Amino acid sequence: MSQSTITNTQARSEAPEVTSSSGLTRAVSRQKGESVGRNRFLLSIYLLFTLLPIYWLINMSLKSNREILSVFSLWPQALTFDSYIKILTDPSWYMGYVNSLTYVAMNMTISILVALPAAYAFSRFKFIGDKHLFFWLLTNLMAPPAVFLLPYFQLYYTVGLFDTHIAVALAHCLFNIPLAVWILEGFMSSVPKEVDETAYIDGYSFPAFFIKIFIPMIRSGIGVTLFFLFMFSWVELLLARTLTATNAQPIGAIMTRTSTASGVDWSTLAAAGVLTIVPGILVVYFVRNHIAKGFALGRT
Amino acid sequence: MNKVENNKAWFLVLPMLVLVAFSAIIPLMTVVNYSVQDILGRSAFFVGSEWFVQTLNDSRLQSALMRQFAFSFTILAIQVPLGIAIALLMPKKGWQASAVLILITLPLLVPWNVVGSMWQIFTRGDIGLMGYGIRQLGYPYNITRNATDAWVTIIIMDVWHWTPLIALLCYSGLRAIPEAYYQAARIDRASKWAVFRYIQLPKLTNVLVIGVLLRFMHSFMIYAEPFVLTGGGPGSSTTFLSQTLATMAIGQQDLGPSAAFSIIYFLIILAVSYVFYVTIMNMQKDKAENNAGGA
Amino acid sequence: MQWMVWTLPTAIFFSTIASILAGMTVWQLISPTVERKGFLPIATTRGDRLFIGLLTSAYIHLAIVGFTDISLWFALGISILWMVILMRWG
Repeated sequence: MSQSTITNTQARSEAPEVTSSSGLTRAVSRQKGESVGRNRFLLSIYLLFTLLPIYWLINMSLKSNREILSVFSLWPQALTFDSYIKILTDPSWYMGYVNSLTYVAMNMTISILVALPAAYAFSRFKFIGDKHLFFWLLTNLMAPPAVFLLPYFQLYYTVGLFDTHIAVALAHCLFNIPLAVWILEGFMSSVPKEVDETAYIDGYSFPAFFIKIFIPMIRSGIGVTLFFLFMFSWVELLLARTLTATNAQPIGAIMTRTSTASGVDWSTLAAAGVLTIVPGILVVYFVRNHIAKGFALGRT
Repeated sequence: MNKVENNKAWFLVLPMLVLVAFSAIIPLMTVVNYSVQDILGRSAFFVGSEWFVQTLNDSRLQSALMRQFAFSFTILAIQVPLGIAIALLMPKKGWQASAVLILITLPLLVPWNVVGSMWQIFTRGDIGLMGYGIRQLGYPYNITRNATDAWVTIIIMDVWHWTPLIALLCYSGLRAIPEAYYQAARIDRASKWAVFRYIQLPKLTNVLVIGVLLRFMHSFMIYAEPFVLTGGGPGSSTTFLSQTLATMAIGQQDLGPSAAFSIIYFLIILAVSYVFYVTIMNMQKDKAENNAGGA
Repeated sequence: MQWMVWTLPTAIFFSTIASILAGMTVWQLISPTVERKGFLPIATTRGDRLFIGLLTSAYIHLAIVGFTDISLWFALGISILWMVILMRWG
């Protein structure tokens, strides 16, 4: 209904109303200036709310524990990088980051490789059970990892994958493959089917068409999908911690070491936390121009 | 788009199916098997529906479920309007748009347990900015003693953590509105409210349903953040479903009851997801029919 | 397989589900389903009705097992009856 209203207004807008338009524009732009100022102000308040806890974490990571517990200050009085140096030089600490990045990378590779053909099938073909299969995929996206905790432990222990990176990577496939299929399907559906047909007429085989023509066309979609895969695998801890012991322990599990009987090592905890945000910032920087579309899962 | 009927498409889906089935169906079957047996070490006895009877009548689980629903609806009631508002406020182009996008996405990229640690540091009465600040104002803020404080803090933390998702979804929905619609509205001297109500909101419904679905489901999974921040306390005032389940399964090794609980939990998720899925699919179908009718 | 601790009832349960799915596939190949509107608020295909039926049956079982002393077999009977009604008129 709203669409028809708009069509009407568009039709009406073509009627000549030049005389009053310049005055109108000026009034509108003045009004707009005020509202832009107010919008900026409100947005800054929200951004402040977003950044304050992060700032506080950085602030803590740059103080010594003695300073944290003795004086309350909004910025470090005696700037120290000791916590960062400790984390980046001690293998038992920095291997946590290496482990996390390893299984995240494995998971991204596996997920995207199997999700690409599957998403293509969903976006182009009707087949028996397609809708139910898609729904089943979505339920896996929604399934709380806690439900699968025990059987996962048993399963990976039995097949001898316990405490390996690939175990975590496979476990994260539970929610990451469905997510990848969902996002990619949206992007692929926006590519006209004529593209496929023309390629087949030109004599391309399916694999050749898919790799040489189709994948380059949805480059940005793949980029955004990889971002989401990274994000959800990187932030998950429950499964990662349950399926590992020492060799593949994620940084999130190592961080618990900071709280000991003698108290919490706040400074190291904060520094480790800050370092977990860094890879995310790097990744989001690369996809910043496509991220908005990606969040709508390709279907706006 | 008209899809071609072709059952060979199953071959394209197959690798994905095998992998997801490995991590979804086998564990699910195992959970069902656990749920009807009493497992002690290596021996198992068939007990039938006993664990289900026990679980459904367990007041601890019932109250965790109630808390979970209260929590989920509260955060949705805050995050959805706030997310829409932020999306409307975000700059549309230029370097500011990129900068704001990256800043807003930040909380989504923080590992969930780090979110907990971050807020623990932020809200402590002695070293935290928020905790210290509120105490300076004269309110004896304490999340380890006062259940209300803990509850409110967890809500604020979740708003901090997840509002960006709704905001970014809405932002992308708004970007998809052609500029001509706004021009038409300006010429009609439509009020801001009218623009929102008749142009922006209808375009947002699609993404909002996805957003609400994702948020509702994710709020059901919340585990690491309250676990680190409050440990589920004081008492059990902030113990949600996943944590109750994880405590049962890992902490107490009650395989049978926790499996029965998992199944009930999963059935709830399944029913809610299905309702949302049908809604989304019907909306897309309507949209497709409208488009076909217009062309 | 040892770790999955199979029991006869659960094995029967999963075999039944698997054979229903296989049967539905064959049925679909022989005579494809037509989406139609029954007493359910949405238009459904055969597969949709099967899914809705199975899900609601699970809830029927939970309600009867959890909150009454009536036998499980009674719940199963009601569920099968409900499934038939749903598949035919849903």
